[in-house]
Order: sequence, then C-alpha cells, then structure tokens
Amino acid sequence: MNNPTVGVLLSRVRVEEKLLLEELESRHVPTKILDDREIVFELERKPDLGVDVVLERCIQHSRALYSLWVFGIWGIPTVNTFEVADICGNKLLTTMRLIRDGVPSPRTRVAFTPESALVATEELGYPVVMKPLVGSWGRLISKVNDREAAEAILEHKDVLGTYMHSIYYVQEYVPKPGRDIRAFVVGDETIAAIYRYSDHWITNTARGGKATNCVVTPELNDVCVRAARSVGGGVVAIDVLEGAEGLLVNEVNYTMEFRNSIDTTGVNIPAKVIDYVLSVATR
Amino acid sequence: MAKCPECDADVTVGNDAVKGEIVSCPDCGAELEVTETKPLALALAPEAEEDWGE
Repeated sequence: MNNPTVGVLLSRVRVEEKLLLEELESRHVPTKILDDREIVFELERKPDLGVDVVLERCIQHSRALYSLWVFGIWGIPTVNTFEVADICGNKLLTTMRLIRDGVPSPRTRVAFTPESALVATEELGYPVVMKPLVGSWGRLISKVNDREAAEAILEHKDVLGTYMHSIYYVQEYVPKPGRDIRAFVVGDETIAAIYRYSDHWITNTARGGKATNCVVTPELNDVCVRAARSVGGGVVAIDVLEGAEGLLVNEVNYTMEFRNSIDTTGVNIPAKVIDYVLSVATR
Repeated sequence: MAKCPECDADVTVGNDAVKGEIVSCPDCGAELEVTETKPLALALAPEAEEDWGE
C-alpha cells in the first residue's frame, strides 16, 4: 500500500491533534477526520469509510473505547487498539497487567466497600493515594495522610460518587524528589522523556507541572517498553516514579498529550507517531 | 474575527484554524471552540467530563 488514507478520530482539535494533522498534511498523506460527535455506527453493516487505518485522538475515553471496539470488529487497523484503550483507561486493569508481566509498580490494593478499603489503607500505611479507576489529568486523586482523612474520603466516594467510585483503588504513596517522569513510547522504543517538576505532589503538566528534558537511559527505556508491551503496545505515554529501589510505572496513557514535550526534548513526537500509524496501515 | 460568546470581546484566530480547534478568549480567558471557519463562528467549549483525558 503506497498511499494509505489515515482516519483521525477526534472531536476537539487541541494542539496535539493540530500537530498530527499538520504532520500528515506535510507528507501529503490523505486524511479523513472522523468527528466522534457526528459518527453513527450502523453496527450490522461495515461502511466504506475510505480509510486504511484510524488514529484515535478522542478526548473522551468512552467514545474512544467503543469506537475502537467497532473498528476492530470491522477489521480496520487502529492506533491504539481497543485492548490498549481498555487496559490503559482503567487503572486496575493496567496495574494487574504490569504485575502479571513483572513491571515494577507501586503496591496497590482494591476493595469494594468503605470498610474493607479502610482496612487496606491501614495495612498499606499512610500516606496512601486513592484514585478513581477511570480518570485523567490528576483529577479526583487524593493523597490521604491519616485515618480521619481516609474515613472522610471513603465516605464521600461512597455517598457522592457513581458506582465506579465505590471500587476503591488504594496505592502506596511513593515520595517523589519533586518530580516524576513522563516517557513516550512508540512501538518498541522510548522516543523521549521529560521530568515533570512541581512543588505539589501532583506533577501533571495539565496541573501546572513544569517540564524539562529527561535522558532516556537504558533502564528507563527497558521499563517503559516493557510497560507498553504489557498493555498491548502502540503509542503510549508512561508515567514513571523514581522509587527508593528503582523506577516504578505509575500509569500508562493511550491518547498521549505531548505539547510540552517537543521543544523540551527536541524530538519530533508527532512525526514519530505518524511514522508508526503509517506502518500499521501497511502491515 | 468573531465575538466571544462569554464576554463579547473580539476574537481572532489564525488562518490555519480548523473546525473543532480550541482557542482562548484574550479578554476573559474562556475556552472557545471553532465551530465554523468561513465565516468564523465560536462557541463555548464543553466543560471537562469525568472520562476526559489521555
């Protein structure tokens, strides 16, 4: 296939989507935008979408997930796959994959009642971090420093949250040296990484963390590539903590944001992503 | 150029703006979505929902 057509599934065109579209345009790659707000899937009939591969860039996990499932059943290659979105979009599923495959990650407990979650919290020892299974940008994650705070958070989640907030995901708090690492994996290579510095314990750049370049050491590359493979591979961003005994994979993101990382690392991340997308189209 | 739907300020976007692009109002800072490019039309961008993210 000399000239594959790339479908880009999105709704909002953020900086990342614009850079990806510009990269496709600069290469004269035929491109078709698939707006997830306008799509109607006629499930019984595979339409002729006129695309050879779909690059998923939805801002909404639910839309991404179900679209990828349909595309997958229809035999349309996607970046990333449904499996990757399903695993990465759920912290419990991600953590279990990492554990299964021997990728180091923070100690984690899952419980289904506030009472059992409190037992798990006390067993892990304070401080702990409580996270919703689905969510991003550091939203609704709580650093819990003592029993009183744990009781309050658990009650709030139980009473105010949807049923998903009553699946209690409790993780050991890993002290950070004022930073963590965000690494970008494309295929079998960690193409770039940044340190995210913040005075706050939440270091997401979406929450004000400052980015500087992080050299991709063999150790970092190894743990990140293993994490990427563990969740199914593709184009993913790995959040890594520098623990006392080595690197720990905290989360894996499947619709990665990279606007703060191109100038910082000197790596043309959108070009690497499009290289990969085109390689998937021609497999 | 189009009016900010939040504060009525004049908002301009680049020639390369595309439908669906998110821009900020220079006056009030509201997040705006480009709903049309010719002629330019802007709407308040949707608030983040629970499953938004990476």
